[in-house]
Amino acid sequence: MHNFEFVKPSSIADAVAAMSTEGAQPLSGGQTLLPTMKQRLAAPEVLVSLTGIAELQGVCMGEGGLHIGAATPHAVVAREALAHYPALASLAGGIGDPAVRNRGTIGGSVANNDPAACYPAAVLASGATVVTDRRRIAAEDYFQGMFTTALEEGEFITQVIFPIPQAAAYVKFNQPASRFALTAVFVAKFADGVRVAVTGASNNGVFRWEEAEAALSADFAAGAIAGLTVPSDDMISDLHGSAAYRANLVKVLTGRAVTAAR
Amino acid sequence: MTNVTMTVNGKSVSAPAEGRTLLVEYLRTGLGLTGTHVGCDTSQCGACVVHVDGRAVKSCTVFAMDVEGSDVRTIEGMANADGSLGVVQQAFQDHHGLQCGFCTPGMVMTTAALLAENPRPSEAEVRHGLEGNICRCTGYHNIVKAVLAASGQDADAIAAQ
Amino acid sequence: MPKDTGIGASTKRREDVRFLTGRGVYTDDLTMFGQAHAVMVRSTVAHGRIVSIDTAAVEAMPGVLAVFTGEDFKDVGGNPAGWLINSRDGTPMREPKRPVLAHGKVRHVGDAYAAVIAESYAQAKDAAQVLSDATVIEELPAIIDMKAAAADASNRVHDEIPDNICFDWGWIEDNRAAVDEAMKSAPHVVTLELTNNRLVPNAMEPRASIGEYFPGTGDYKLTTTSQNPHLTRLLVCAFVMGIPENKLQVVAPDVGGGFGSKIYHYGEEALVLAAAKRLGRPVRWTAERTESFLSDAHGRDHVTKIELGCTKQGDILAIRTETYANVGAYLSNFSTATPTFLHGTLMAGPYKVPHVYVNVKTVFTNTAPVDAYRGAGRPEATYSIERVVDKMCRELNLDPFEVRRRNLLTPDQFPYTTPVGLVYDTGNYQATLDKAVELADVAGFEARRAESARRGKLRGMGLSTWIEACGIAPSHLVGVLGARVGLYDAATVRVNATGTISVMTGAHSHGQGHETVFPQIVAEKLGIDASSVEIVHGDTAKIPFGMGSYGSRSLAVAGSAMDRAIDKIIAKGKKIAAHMLEAAEGDITFADGKFSVAGTDKAKTFGEIAFSAYVPHNYPLETLEPGLEETAFYDPANFTYPAGAYICEVEVDEGTGKVDVVSFTCADDFGNVMNPMIVEGQVHGGVGQGIGQAVLESTSYDENGQLLTGSYMDYAMPRADDVPFYTVDHSCATPCTHNPLGVKGCGEAGAIGSPPAVVNAVIDALHRGGHTHVSHIDMPVSPNRVWQAMNA
Repeated sequence: MHNFEFVKPSSIADAVAAMSTEGAQPLSGGQTLLPTMKQRLAAPEVLVSLTGIAELQGVCMGEGGLHIGAATPHAVVAREALAHYPALASLAGGIGDPAVRNRGTIGGSVANNDPAACYPAAVLASGATVVTDRRRIAAEDYFQGMFTTALEEGEFITQVIFPIPQAAAYVKFNQPASRFALTAVFVAKFADGVRVAVTGASNNGVFRWEEAEAALSADFAAGAIAGLTVPSDDMISDLHGSAAYRANLVKVLTGRAVTAAR
Repeated sequence: MTNVTMTVNGKSVSAPAEGRTLLVEYLRTGLGLTGTHVGCDTSQCGACVVHVDGRAVKSCTVFAMDVEGSDVRTIEGMANADGSLGVVQQAFQDHHGLQCGFCTPGMVMTTAALLAENPRPSEAEVRHGLEGNICRCTGYHNIVKAVLAASGQDADAIAAQ
Repeated sequence: MPKDTGIGASTKRREDVRFLTGRGVYTDDLTMFGQAHAVMVRSTVAHGRIVSIDTAAVEAMPGVLAVFTGEDFKDVGGNPAGWLINSRDGTPMREPKRPVLAHGKVRHVGDAYAAVIAESYAQAKDAAQVLSDATVIEELPAIIDMKAAAADASNRVHDEIPDNICFDWGWIEDNRAAVDEAMKSAPHVVTLELTNNRLVPNAMEPRASIGEYFPGTGDYKLTTTSQNPHLTRLLVCAFVMGIPENKLQVVAPDVGGGFGSKIYHYGEEALVLAAAKRLGRPVRWTAERTESFLSDAHGRDHVTKIELGCTKQGDILAIRTETYANVGAYLSNFSTATPTFLHGTLMAGPYKVPHVYVNVKTVFTNTAPVDAYRGAGRPEATYSIERVVDKMCRELNLDPFEVRRRNLLTPDQFPYTTPVGLVYDTGNYQATLDKAVELADVAGFEARRAESARRGKLRGMGLSTWIEACGIAPSHLVGVLGARVGLYDAATVRVNATGTISVMTGAHSHGQGHETVFPQIVAEKLGIDASSVEIVHGDTAKIPFGMGSYGSRSLAVAGSAMDRAIDKIIAKGKKIAAHMLEAAEGDITFADGKFSVAGTDKAKTFGEIAFSAYVPHNYPLETLEPGLEETAFYDPANFTYPAGAYICEVEVDEGTGKVDVVSFTCADDFGNVMNPMIVEGQVHGGVGQGIGQAVLESTSYDENGQLLTGSYMDYAMPRADDVPFYTVDHSCATPCTHNPLGVKGCGEAGAIGSPPAVVNAVIDALHRGGHTHVSHIDMPVSPNRVWQAMNA
């Protein structure tokens, strides 16, 4: 790993200042960034740790739904979101392993936008708002393909706000080695319709399965998607699963998520 | 290099670190606490698990500077005050929950954290709780039994079901 | 009541205390005064010609002390293959030089062609990256697929080997015509093509080595992650470096698992020694996990066509196989034995099959070397046989349990000479099968299947009856088979003046619990407390010349040597007792820790004898030597032949293809058992690895020779939630007839018997679920593969 200057600000304002340094990169839980740096695939000159900023921590109900500070670890979300948004808590409790969940954060996951990460599915299916040090970004506008987001140079996430659906579930099928999502589906039923977001499957990163959303909005039952087919054209094909297999998983897991939705 | 200070196994310690110095390097090289092991470079194997402020973390995936001032506990701090094996350690010996011993420190640290949160886990909860710790020797049978036993449950009876 | 000490007791392990408190000492835990750090520079391409390495680019970098390339080792020897195998036509195998550092060509991704030594690890790592960037390698087409490699003489891993074939071996060649004839006349022939998937051993402790050189004496010391320090010393000294053996001490301290991968000598060991001498400082190297994936010897990697001729009732008449075995880019030390004499000689399994012929073509490819991994050849044999027997049952609509019972050798047939050159000494295969059927509650399967079905899962049951040859040993046999070493072992039992005992053993414990089990045996035989016995291992300066631990040999071979040495101690003790008690040596008996004059109450305790041996104030010097220390070398008459029956149940998720192993039952015959707790632990571990091979683990190279599964992100290691509790039993014991303890090896059993049981269960589940077109799925039976098979 290349060496770097380590900075740990204690306020958002200080973090904004630190991030304005040439070559600066934010560090949250580091559960993806550190392995990447060990492989020398990332080599920041200045690393700005966001884990010492109290304003970026915590889970609470507020305007627009459930507010989660960007530097809140998965384990905390799993515990503290349970009463408000059980599907989201369950998702957080299934990321990585216990030790990873104690360090990894929602902001880090959403900023990285790994095509097999869990949180992007929740953000997109919930129609959440990504709040940064400089603006608010709707989920639809935020995700722009794998590892690509609307974040600008030096911009960092401070909070994610989740509207609470009437019922929801996240069903994840593990890639057997990494335990990231080989494919996973988040189904969220709101008063004005159902949203279905899929992660792990597409070459374009997290996406909404709109045909299923229409069918489920009309009839929120697993059988409602029985007649649909998922095109495999844009699906990821790798040694863990072919495109056709992933397309199958999208449908199977969507059905299971509908059945499991609470 | 600058000196980084934290509390390790109840003692205030200080050792030099660069920005890139990992917590596990700080412990092993800086403090000579070689009980914490490195078994991979992708944050998967769990041989390096220690407790930071009471929570299990992978010390190969944390910068030492990021936990400056924290309260860290390692395998070297898990025995009873009189030097005898702690409850989790004793359960691992009683149930032959280790063979080569390399993953063992991480297993013990993860188990201790698991039981602190969930004092009476089911078999499934134990297995799920250990998913971030890889053992190549035991097939996990006796590790799972050791964790159940450390929680005061009848491990033999549960394993026989 | 079970015993709590001595032979047969589940004594808790004494070594656990240090491991549980963080006081184990593994190689990387050691810090040497003045140490420097080595980082290897490894090829990023699978095949290429080294054009230039600009060492000047790094020599001035901060902290850099030295740079080594293949040029530095071109005049020393290579790392040899331990077994010479001849082809069917009698020609010897092709044996290319395996240099310390690649010279001229690189032959697999991860092939080390240079090393940088620096003051700190970080500096060495930084410089290695720069040197990698400053190296020009002309990339050549990668040779990855074995059959294509053998068919294409234009593209060569080693320029001097035209068809990339190491050897084309027939076993037993003289029987080939008879086997062909039997196959031709068989009423039914079952054919199966299968792959035995390449595995990465993944001992949790990555390899590490520390070299030291002492100019005052000219001595070297190598501290390394080895399963057999003497073998490493022999290879480094006699073949690679030319150091006199008595000038190199090899120490293998606590070693974090091996599974075969740490049997072998690797180039890094020679490198740190050479660097230590050049720099006059200790030089250390520790692998990152990524390096382990790229450079540890891998396991398995066979592609096999197996044919089985049988009657319509399922009597096996003949077995014939053709196997392509990948040896990778270089011959690792046991690589030529694994697909031949550890595989071909097992192809009769536990069955009374009269005709067997095995053909193995070993092929060089631009991949990491392949060598013995837990089971080594025997899992490949067992998998082929047990899968084709299962397929026979399906094709002929026969019950797999009944078919095994018809074909298993019966207890009255031992000793039994197989058609592939082994003599099984003893066994009772029906007993272990009956025991497994009982413990697995086969009768209750239908109810469990119905319950699984209610939860939407397909349930299946799979069986394997297996045998292996282990206690890797008899020098006379392995010599006939091509081994360039003997495979005996040795022990020195030193009784100290105060009665404590040090046992220096040639076996090496890296998880097997020798420090606990060996004293149990010593204590029982000498009638003393086990706590007064200490085991010394892993240091060539302390132990007699032994061959280390692999091939389930520690107890059967090194344990037997220890047993013989104890017998010598008792014999010497009788001499001393005869002198002290003024009796004839022939009248002295030894029991319960006492030497007695038969028929009298005159006796001396073991402690008194020991003390006398070192305070020999009135010994008759011409007839009685002082001291009480004996060494024995033991070379057994035969392999040991553990065997057993394994039953696996799986659930398959039809929607996703995911396989869950929900129960696993083992009934094994290991002969006499010294410590049941440890034996059961060995089986658990082997089964865990077998389930890993069957369900999870895949080693995949792309067509350019890049390892796609080069980390735990893509190589699926079994985790705690991938496996169930296992049921294991070893009560059906038939003691080995030719070693003094009556023991058989247990270390590899689980990994040998389990993969076919898992795959047979998956096929069974699919058939019960109506997917009767699926006759085979290659391992690992991943969700993707199972789903594709169901939907083909």
